[in-house]
Amino acid sequence: MTDCVLFATLFATFAVLHNNTAGGPPGKELFSLPFVLAETLILLTSSFTCGLALLAIRTRNKQLTYTLLGVTFALGLAFLGLELYEFNKLAHEGNDWQRSAFLSSFFTLVGTHGLHITAGLVWLAALLAQLKTRGFTRPVIRRFGLFALFWHFLDVIWILIFTIVYLKGAL
Amino acid sequence: MDKLPRAAVKTYINGFILSIVLTLLAFGLVSEHVNSDHTAFSHGNLTLLLAGLATAQLLVQLVFFLHLGKETKPKLNLMAFYFMLLTVVIVVFGSLWIMDNLDYQHGDHATNEEVQEYIIKDEGIDHSH
Repeated sequence: MTDCVLFATLFATFAVLHNNTAGGPPGKELFSLPFVLAETLILLTSSFTCGLALLAIRTRNKQLTYTLLGVTFALGLAFLGLELYEFNKLAHEGNDWQRSAFLSSFFTLVGTHGLHITAGLVWLAALLAQLKTRGFTRPVIRRFGLFALFWHFLDVIWILIFTIVYLKGAL
Repeated sequence: MDKLPRAAVKTYINGFILSIVLTLLAFGLVSEHVNSDHTAFSHGNLTLLLAGLATAQLLVQLVFFLHLGKETKPKLNLMAFYFMLLTVVIVVFGSLWIMDNLDYQHGDHATNEEVQEYIIKDEGIDHSH
């Protein structure tokens, strides 16, 4: 919930500043929609496999749990890779966060989401290590429920970024 | 999949399909609009449509994946969610409102006198009485 409020302030900042390009390029010239669509589908799928993994772990189905968690982790990593690639490309073209107020707010908003994804991946890796060493004990399963909540939440935030930043930016 | 509770798996699959469909729909609308040189829809209508799709997507995620509203009696999660929603609305729309007001100070109005004049005119303030 507090994280929701954090993202709300960042969205508000973006909403206020998104027209202030200071002579720099606006979003529609910068973003490639098919690329962002790929990112979105990857994250949606990862949220789905994460949900299934939660069911697998609760029924203590070891094989399925590891497979699904592995897929979730891989998709999260792929998403992060694509996002970093996009950031890198923008910065190399001279459109980094110092270019305009619009880009500052863009990098802050999307970058914060990316940081959350990174934290989520570290969290997931830690949980996998706990599963390996401690087995399917109740505390581990409970922690995994919390992680799934976090991961779905990031998915929700991304949907908003996808709509507000990218789709609306392309109009 | 046999060992997993069937109904729960079904919920996730339904939610997944719905979210994919909604995403593709929104994407399709926008690329149609861009490809037709921004003439396929009116700007306002499309914005409204996108907002609608995003809201639907949000509800799908909350209900199918986060299971909001499915808890028993004291619905504390739901109440916390509503409170968060209120805070978010105040922060986002409050910011836009205030910053829009601040916009008086910028742009076309070079001098303080012009700013004053603009504000007085815009707000309907009359100093004569």
